[in-house]
Amino acid sequence: MKNQKIKILLIDDEEEFISTLAERLELREYLCKTAGDGQSGIQMVEKEPFDIAIVDLMMPGLNGLDTLRQIKEINPDLPVILLTGHGSTKDGMEGMRIGAFDFLIKPLDIYALIDKIKLALAAKAPQVKS
Amino acid sequence: MFKHLKNPLLFWRRNPLLFWRRTPLTRYTVLNRNIIIIMLLITIIPLTCMLIINNFQYKTHLRNQIMAPLYAMTEKTRHSFEIFMDQRLAIMRFISATYSVEKLGNEQVIQKILTSLKKERYGFVDIGLINAKGDLVSYVGPYSLLGKNYSEQISFQETRIKGQYISNVFLGYRKYPHIVIAVQVIRDDGEIWVLRATIDTDFFDNLISSMGLERRSDAFLVNSDGILQTNSLYCGNTLEKCPLKLPSKSFKSQGIETKDANNQDIIIVSSGFSIADYILVIVQPQSVALKSWYALKTEMLIIFLISLTIIVFAIVQMTAVLIKRIKTSDEHRESVLLELQHAQKLSSIGRLAAGVAHEINNPLAIINEKAGLMLDLIDLSKDFTQKSKFGELTRSIVTSVDRCRKITHRLLGFSKRIDVKIEPIQVNTIIHEVIGFLEKDILYRRLEVNLKLSETLEPILSDHGQIQQVLLNLLTNAFAAVQDELGQVDVETKNIENNGIEIKITDNGCGIPDKIIKNIFDPFFTTKKEKGTGLGLSISYGIITKLGGEIVVDSTQGKGSVFTIVLPEKTNIMES
Repeated sequence: MKNQKIKILLIDDEEEFISTLAERLELREYLCKTAGDGQSGIQMVEKEPFDIAIVDLMMPGLNGLDTLRQIKEINPDLPVILLTGHGSTKDGMEGMRIGAFDFLIKPLDIYALIDKIKLALAAKAPQVKS
Repeated sequence: MFKHLKNPLLFWRRNPLLFWRRTPLTRYTVLNRNIIIIMLLITIIPLTCMLIINNFQYKTHLRNQIMAPLYAMTEKTRHSFEIFMDQRLAIMRFISATYSVEKLGNEQVIQKILTSLKKERYGFVDIGLINAKGDLVSYVGPYSLLGKNYSEQISFQETRIKGQYISNVFLGYRKYPHIVIAVQVIRDDGEIWVLRATIDTDFFDNLISSMGLERRSDAFLVNSDGILQTNSLYCGNTLEKCPLKLPSKSFKSQGIETKDANNQDIIIVSSGFSIADYILVIVQPQSVALKSWYALKTEMLIIFLISLTIIVFAIVQMTAVLIKRIKTSDEHRESVLLELQHAQKLSSIGRLAAGVAHEINNPLAIINEKAGLMLDLIDLSKDFTQKSKFGELTRSIVTSVDRCRKITHRLLGFSKRIDVKIEPIQVNTIIHEVIGFLEKDILYRRLEVNLKLSETLEPILSDHGQIQQVLLNLLTNAFAAVQDELGQVDVETKNIENNGIEIKITDNGCGIPDKIIKNIFDPFFTTKKEKGTGLGLSISYGIITKLGGEIVVDSTQGKGSVFTIVLPEKTNIMES
């Protein structure tokens, strides 16, 4: 399966949330790595390649939008899906303007997330092939 | 027709069914009453004081004017009496000085004197000479009094002491009222004899009747003991006791106001004689004396009453206008305050809701993921005891989390009122879209939906999505209020003044009870219990207000509700 090769970086300060989400994605044959804040997430992007990053917007220290900006500086091609607990489309739209692929509102529907991941990778695929 | 919709709160107040935040009527009634009382006091007290002062002054003035002629008449009449008596006394003194006792004792002489007196002066009835022992020794006149003894009579004693005497009216031996004028006659040997003449009192009555008194007025003579000396109109006949309380004897005219036996107000003017113990009394009822005063008083009272009526009328009318203005101003202020309070309430609840929703969202996301993982694990696991039961329970958790998620998302949406996108919109199209969403419900429940949409409805500049949400909320509510198969919901649109539009949603449902109608736009207020969040109408109110429109409700319990939305031609968004 292609999924085995897909490597996802999850950045969120909610340890319980992120670890469970990682576990659920891994059950679906994704490879997940987690980071508890924006800074450590960026360091991980610098160190190793990821197919996609999922970043929470509300985090202490470096917030989601700043983390997104820095990730895009390091790897402009890395698709990023933002998560928001606000129910607001405003920050999500702002994130998309900066370069995020899409945003989802917490609590997540895992199938909606997987659909977005697939769409993001499909959008990225031609570039990979080229 | 739509003027009342300019201010929805005012409209509610005008509608008794929707009159929430009722202003206590008693407050204005009390204010009205107090203003009237104060204004009446302010105007009537000076007016009354003026009336009383005028009354007093006019009365004093008029009284003086009325009393003056009475005094003059009294003085004049008294003077006439005194002249009459003084003349007779002078004649008697002249006779006593001219004739000796011997001559006066001669009957022929005194007969001649009496004849002359009767001829020259009116009133003389008889004349006689009394010796020092009091015996009448010489007498001419109509009665046979010769030989009578007068030593015990006051006239005899007084004359011997004072030299002269004018008696009060008395009956004496004659048994007929008369007065006696007596003077001393001193014999050569020094013995004091008395010359005595009787005067007819008819003259008194003649003099009084010639005073020219007004009708109902009375004049008479009394002595200082109050015994009538002449006949009186009201007080009795000669020699009776006068029932009136007369002023004490004074030689100067004096007047008093008192009441007679019939309790009638009277004026008494009296003047005492210096020459004898007589008091001339004039009694006049006040109604006669103060006739002109009473006329003036009546006129003043009529003017006062007319003024009073005008003042009272003016005050009542002015106060009514004043109170109406105060009331209008109060209502206006109160409605502004209410709107402000409502906006503040929504704003603070919105902030609170956003905070709560956000804080809940994170643990909710964790529960969701944990439950999701459990489901994943259950699905991947081989069959174990009660696997399906666990699966069912876990799915129930996920479903509940989903329900919570919807609530928190609506809460967050409510707090932000969502981003507004202004574009030209056709409200009729939106209504068709919304009815489309609800079509299954309409068909399934066999509801009657009548669209009375204006074909010439003008497009407006507003937010498509937001108006869609409001219409969806209102129509969902209307459908929830009506009964299956019997339910009827009318949706009407029309152009209104200033190029705005009006949307009216009428249902024949259960209606809204009066006691809760004031709360229906409050956040979290719901009657649907588990089915509703209590945010629908609150969000709708917030959206319509934000879009510059108005939303009002008119409802009769048991008959249905009418929600009316007015939207302006163009929305000017004010960020809150």
